[in-house]
Amino acid sequence: MKKIYSRPKSLSKVPFHHCPGCGHSIIHRLIAELLDEMDLQERAICTPPPGCSVFAYNYINIDMVEAPHGRGAAVATGIKRVRPDCLVFTYQGDGDLAAIGTAETLHAANRGEFITAIFVNNAVYAMTGGQMAPTTLLGQKTTTSPYGRNPQSEGEPIKMSELLSTFKGTSYIERVAVNNPKNIKKAKKAIQKAFQHQIDKTGFTLVEILSPCPVNWKMDPLQSCKWIDEVMIKEFPLGVKKEIK
Amino acid sequence: MKKICKTVPKNRRLFGKIMRGTITIDTEFCKGCEYCIEFCPKKVIHLSEKLNVKGYYFAELKENEENGCTGCATCAISCPEAAIEVYRE
Repeated sequence: MKKIYSRPKSLSKVPFHHCPGCGHSIIHRLIAELLDEMDLQERAICTPPPGCSVFAYNYINIDMVEAPHGRGAAVATGIKRVRPDCLVFTYQGDGDLAAIGTAETLHAANRGEFITAIFVNNAVYAMTGGQMAPTTLLGQKTTTSPYGRNPQSEGEPIKMSELLSTFKGTSYIERVAVNNPKNIKKAKKAIQKAFQHQIDKTGFTLVEILSPCPVNWKMDPLQSCKWIDEVMIKEFPLGVKKEIK
Repeated sequence: MKKICKTVPKNRRLFGKIMRGTITIDTEFCKGCEYCIEFCPKKVIHLSEKLNVKGYYFAELKENEENGCTGCATCAISCPEAAIEVYRE
């Protein structure tokens, strides 16, 4: 028998600390697979965020610089300007990229920095216990919106992909999901394209990934995958938002 | 060749070739999220009756239906813990 699939080399052989069914683990593995396939492990630098994925440096075996909350894009800008030969990407959640770090992200995109942002959107602040995030859907119950998000007092969910695709500095923006094998394969292709755009120096690239968070959504893992399909994708439609060829 | 076609279901053949494979699951990495069980096209994975060290019921290949696995790697692609290795003949 021939081995056709095993744990990627860039992924350290330690179990993830994430909850069962968490999308972060899938995205970590996709990144590790791509670093192996594109032979980038030696010259890739990541800036992980605070949040559930804070221990990314324990799992993905590449150089990492931990960024203060929301400042991933700013830290990555500095790294990329000092080491333009490296592949520099940020790994950020929705509270990190769309709330606390909105200014850093928007201005890095506007300047057209040659970095890639991997934006994991799970519609809540997951690590702190499921508070309302800017991307929380209308009517979604969280610990800080117990009656459901109300558009009059809390506003509508921010769509970062659509917003950033209006900037001239961005070159590739796509929204994908990791709730079934088909979407996971598409997500891998999207991240690969984003890395390739960065290597070709076309501009700022962002991949938004809709990711299940079963614990804070108070569902089991399979229900949360279905919920993405039935509810979340309608609010956040998948697809390529911008691509410069 | 015709005899083999009669005994082997049609959907296990790819370009006329019979697909056979197997998987190994690292039980200490598995957290029992059931993604592999849901997405397996042949439904040859199930949850164990034992617990692993962390206290999760882990996924395992059904023993008597091991030949039903085609080695398509759908389980490995959907596994969050990267605990599955896939082998194909």
